[in-house]
Amino acid sequence: MAFWVEQAGWFSSIQDLGRTGYEHLGLPAGGVMDPFACRVANRLVGNEDSAAVLEFSGAGPLLWADAPALLALCGGGFTLYVDGMEMPLWTAVRVRGGQRVECRPSPAGFWGVLAISGGWDVPPVLGSRSTFLKAGVGGFQGRLLHSGDWLFSVREGWVPEERAGAMLPASLRPEYSLEALIRVVLGPQRAWFGEDGERQFLSATFQVGVQSDRLGYRLTGASVTRRSGEILSEGMPRGAVQVPPDGNPIVMMADHPTTGGYPKIAGVICADWGRVAQLRPGEGRVRFEAVTVDQAHQIYRELMARLNAIEQENLSFWMRG
Amino acid sequence: MSSMFPDWIQPCGDTSLLVILGEGISVSINRRVHALAKGLRERQIAGLGECVPGYATLRVDYDPLVTSLDDLIRSIQSVLESSYDENLLPAREVVLPVHYGGEDGPDLPFVAQHTGLSEDEVIRRHTAGVYPVLMMGFLPGFPYLGGMDESLATPRLETPRQRVPAGSVGIAGKQTGVYPLESPGGWRIIGRTHLTLFDASKEPPFLLQPGDVVRFVAVEG
Repeated sequence: MAFWVEQAGWFSSIQDLGRTGYEHLGLPAGGVMDPFACRVANRLVGNEDSAAVLEFSGAGPLLWADAPALLALCGGGFTLYVDGMEMPLWTAVRVRGGQRVECRPSPAGFWGVLAISGGWDVPPVLGSRSTFLKAGVGGFQGRLLHSGDWLFSVREGWVPEERAGAMLPASLRPEYSLEALIRVVLGPQRAWFGEDGERQFLSATFQVGVQSDRLGYRLTGASVTRRSGEILSEGMPRGAVQVPPDGNPIVMMADHPTTGGYPKIAGVICADWGRVAQLRPGEGRVRFEAVTVDQAHQIYRELMARLNAIEQENLSFWMRG
Repeated sequence: MSSMFPDWIQPCGDTSLLVILGEGISVSINRRVHALAKGLRERQIAGLGECVPGYATLRVDYDPLVTSLDDLIRSIQSVLESSYDENLLPAREVVLPVHYGGEDGPDLPFVAQHTGLSEDEVIRRHTAGVYPVLMMGFLPGFPYLGGMDESLATPRLETPRQRVPAGSVGIAGKQTGVYPLESPGGWRIIGRTHLTLFDASKEPPFLLQPGDVVRFVAVEG
């Protein structure tokens, strides 16, 4: 079930749901930028949610299949072509040996994930297959994919035929657009911003700056008033919105530093981590809306319940064989 | 029903809490941070995620599908009220051999000039210190060390270097630290250790952990 990489794309790396248990030692969890897309893609092809996927942005990979497999392209920014034929997204697609698999850029969204039946096979490092580029850890030899690389599935030769054609119903797919309303929980440093700072933060439309990457998304075009100075360095989770002295917020993404010294005005709720990631740097715009922690947990439960819909919607399809 | 936060526990998004145990850099507050992290891990609370120490705070991550927020807050309160004892934490001592000056420590002359000390005296005072690892972050394996002799304080470089080699020992303001990886950086580099602070392929991958105590010993290059 090998795949030969003819073109790697611009920023293609192996990722999974992240590396847990090392953040107190300074190693970020990392993992996919859009966790919901990763979970869906894996379920469609019969994997655990945490199996490794290929993630890319900007320009997608061009692969040659050496043997049959199920593939699913989820997330944003790309369309799947097999031997030049457009294939449906959020759907398990069967490919045969000798076929050309291409992920071509499309306008909505920014990060694509490609899952394969069995999961992409790279050695787990510290419990995860995610690539952490800054330290050259994990993934495909600690680096981005290059043309000429060979990729394999963990389960060579495994094709769960009954899942071919399985899909996430269109009504349950995330909508990626150039502007998003992102939900946050305010805090923990509310006193640093006061009512004025919070009002500015919740009423402004920010642009996603071009200097955004897997570590953080830098927001420009509006600023937030804050006290001067720094806080003592402290733990900083994914989704935290730091505000440096210039008032332009930074949203912490998958490979963010585990600690930071700028005050945090809010944290993006985990259901929206992927929705922020899918805003295109240089083009995307974002506004924020405050929710309570309890509301955020309810939103997350509803999002995770969509995953179960994959099994329910496709059950009759699979039983027909 | 809405979750209630005491004012010393703040939400940080919907999967993390910040437990605030004090303000300022103090070894005694910091030891309570490490003791709370240890106490929470030992309770094996379902859905408990990362416990990341800061100087005076602990970041506690949780899985909201598994952990009830109210239960987690009660567990934190219970660990703080119970038998947890900061003195029970073993302070492991790790000795880092350092070659000071020369190519390994290009800023040693500047630090000597800035502090008005001789280079030998900078080395003597730097190796005389006992440095608790108060927290880790910035890079994998990077220790934030307390306890530097304040007479060694030197401001950062005005323009950071593009490349600081792994193992470089530096001073930034009143802090001292060691770069675990080659990285851009603005600290004044006074020496270098050959020990590896982080290598994912080694067991254990990290030389240091929060709560350790570091000493530096001068060696010939």
